[in-house]
Amino acid sequence: MSIAPGIAFPHRHLLGIDGLSPPEIIHILDLADSYVEQSRRVDKKSTLLKGLTVINLFFENSTRTRTSFEAAAKRLDADVINMAISTSSIKKGETLIDTAMTLNAMHPDALVVRHSDSGAVQLLAEKVAGAVINAGDGRHEHPTQALLDALTIRRRIGHLDNLTVAICGDIAHSRVARSNIHLLQIMGARVRVIAPPTLLPSAIDRMGVEVFTDMRAGLRDVDIVMMLRLQLERMQGSFVPSVREYFRFFGLDREKLACAKPDALIMHPGPMNRGVEIDSELADDIDRSLIRDQVEMGVAVRMAVLDVLTRPLREAGATEGGGE
Amino acid sequence: MNQEGRTAYLNARLLDPASGLDETGALLVEDGRIADFGAHLFRTGAPSVNEVIDCKGLCLAPGLIDIRVQLREPGEEHKETIETGTNAAAAGGVSSMVCLPNTTPPVDDVSVLEFIARRSRELKRSKIFSYGALTKGLAGEEITEIGLLREAGALAFTDGERALADAKIMKRALSYARTFDALIVQHPLEPSLSRGGVMNQGELATRLGLSGVPTVAETIQVERDLRLLESNGGGRLHFAHVTAPAALEAIRRAKAQGLDVTCDTAPHYFALNENAVGDYRSFAKVMPPLRSEADRQALVEAIADGTVDIIASDHSPHDQDSKRLPYEQAAFGVIGLQTLLPMTLELYHNGHVSLLEALSRLTDRPAARFGIPGGRLRRGAAADLVLFDPDKPWTISEEAMVSKSKNTAFGDRPVQGRVVRTVVDGRPLYVAPARR
Repeated sequence: MSIAPGIAFPHRHLLGIDGLSPPEIIHILDLADSYVEQSRRVDKKSTLLKGLTVINLFFENSTRTRTSFEAAAKRLDADVINMAISTSSIKKGETLIDTAMTLNAMHPDALVVRHSDSGAVQLLAEKVAGAVINAGDGRHEHPTQALLDALTIRRRIGHLDNLTVAICGDIAHSRVARSNIHLLQIMGARVRVIAPPTLLPSAIDRMGVEVFTDMRAGLRDVDIVMMLRLQLERMQGSFVPSVREYFRFFGLDREKLACAKPDALIMHPGPMNRGVEIDSELADDIDRSLIRDQVEMGVAVRMAVLDVLTRPLREAGATEGGGE
Repeated sequence: MNQEGRTAYLNARLLDPASGLDETGALLVEDGRIADFGAHLFRTGAPSVNEVIDCKGLCLAPGLIDIRVQLREPGEEHKETIETGTNAAAAGGVSSMVCLPNTTPPVDDVSVLEFIARRSRELKRSKIFSYGALTKGLAGEEITEIGLLREAGALAFTDGERALADAKIMKRALSYARTFDALIVQHPLEPSLSRGGVMNQGELATRLGLSGVPTVAETIQVERDLRLLESNGGGRLHFAHVTAPAALEAIRRAKAQGLDVTCDTAPHYFALNENAVGDYRSFAKVMPPLRSEADRQALVEAIADGTVDIIASDHSPHDQDSKRLPYEQAAFGVIGLQTLLPMTLELYHNGHVSLLEALSRLTDRPAARFGIPGGRLRRGAAADLVLFDPDKPWTISEEAMVSKSKNTAFGDRPVQGRVVRTVVDGRPLYVAPARR
């Protein structure tokens, strides 16, 4: 994966958090800090990626993540092409590799890819010319979400190490949980997962996390509570018996939050199911909830990722221009 | 007189697992049959034969019998045909194979069985035997004409890559099959537990974000079927590609109890573990999935102690379009005809079984269980033979595969043991290129 050891982010693609080192993560977060400042200016635009093409390739619906990547690329002056490919057209016979070949003809410099199958983004990355950013593959990884969560925490608390973070909800089906488990552990935080056993993947303890099926016990003394979205179809008897039972035992409300540290903060990757996994009023409590910050940090982190991954390309381009 | 006439194989290490024979000697083939063999043969003089083959001390054994093969004809000829599949068999030393009934149309009717038998006779390649479907359309609902299919040559009955899940249908099938002394072969995976799974359940599946198939899905199916067999008061049952330690233990107990039960496994299950799919490698995607290292070791033990009777390749050809996909979408299955011998010899080279024990699982044991002629060196029997060098090192590669599909799970694996010549009815079907 590493193409040039010694430089700050020596990877061609960002396929996952697993395998990144603390300095590489810190480098992205530091860079993202500067992009937060840029994004708060009246003139939000710089010309770093001028002339480069970024393709947003979404095989799975997502308005929020795609918009966030689009805003990030445009603030850096890249040309952005959005491609939403429904899985039905895949079923018509075109394979992922066919798609990759088609895209190569457009000479993309970066591809932002979301796919409903774990590992699909990696497969695509093996076949395309540009840098690939995983915007979520199946239940595997969603690295930019973990990075934006880390940035959000770091900006509020100042550090990541020695924090205790509880990730609550549908761990089994969550790529956000997996990327966050990796990142937080790499950065020296302690991670707990809290869920009913039916929503815990097998052998999750082997990933180094503490496992709780009692939310109050799991929240004791935590600094951060990360709630996950529970898909509606999983709440009607297949994984948990009902919404009301789930909310009663695993939904975050003030009473359960009281088990955590007094200043514990709440996060959620969105979109929220208010009243299912999180109490609606609590989600909007600006003293406790970082949910709105997370959205802002998303754009900054994605700018940083686009920056580091296209850097070798831009440097090569500069030499090319200088020779003329 | 047969045109093949008389061929003498001299200076061979004769191996016959059934009788325990392992001695240097000669073997004479006359009109496609084994006329004589042993250390005594041709001691006293030059044989008067049409052809003399100097075996140079290499192993001469009964041709291999592979009881679990898919040749994809009829229906999916873009993946494999009887012709390309038998080429792969010949290159792998396999002289007889039993094909799964999951073709299109499936072998649930005498006419399909006869089509395959006719194609096999016309091609005069490795011998093709066929399973009959256990239920119509492999749908798991109504049992097929087991009696008529048996008469027409079906060796055993199975729904192929599908488990027969319905307990009542299975009970009836076991009961009805007794009339014809028919062997029933189960794909042992409880479908409601294995549904949606694409790899072994456990830490790696969790890390990769893939759905797992627990070993208990296999154990439950095996234990249930053993109970049905027991309550049936008889009947013959075989479990395909067993991977779970607890399932092996159940089979071990059932054998000790006297039930007529056997099982097989495939080389990928004893030679690879789940880490082979670690990088979303769809070429190692099989069902049941590759298991944990501890499970793999238990399987090797079960082969060594005889719980596993047979090793079969589970040859499942898939074209690139079915395999070069995101892992979850890729087809299940690997090819194996050509790698069956070297992979089985790994067990011998690693000291788990003797050479004869390794070969036994590819020759006399499958022959006896499935009622296939051959599998042993016997005077008067068809001259189905394999000549091989048990130690010759080589590296498995996709390019070396002669199968129409190249989906081997063993690409780049260094192995020992190479087929030098495959003989069916006295005719050489494969001769390895001369060594440089």
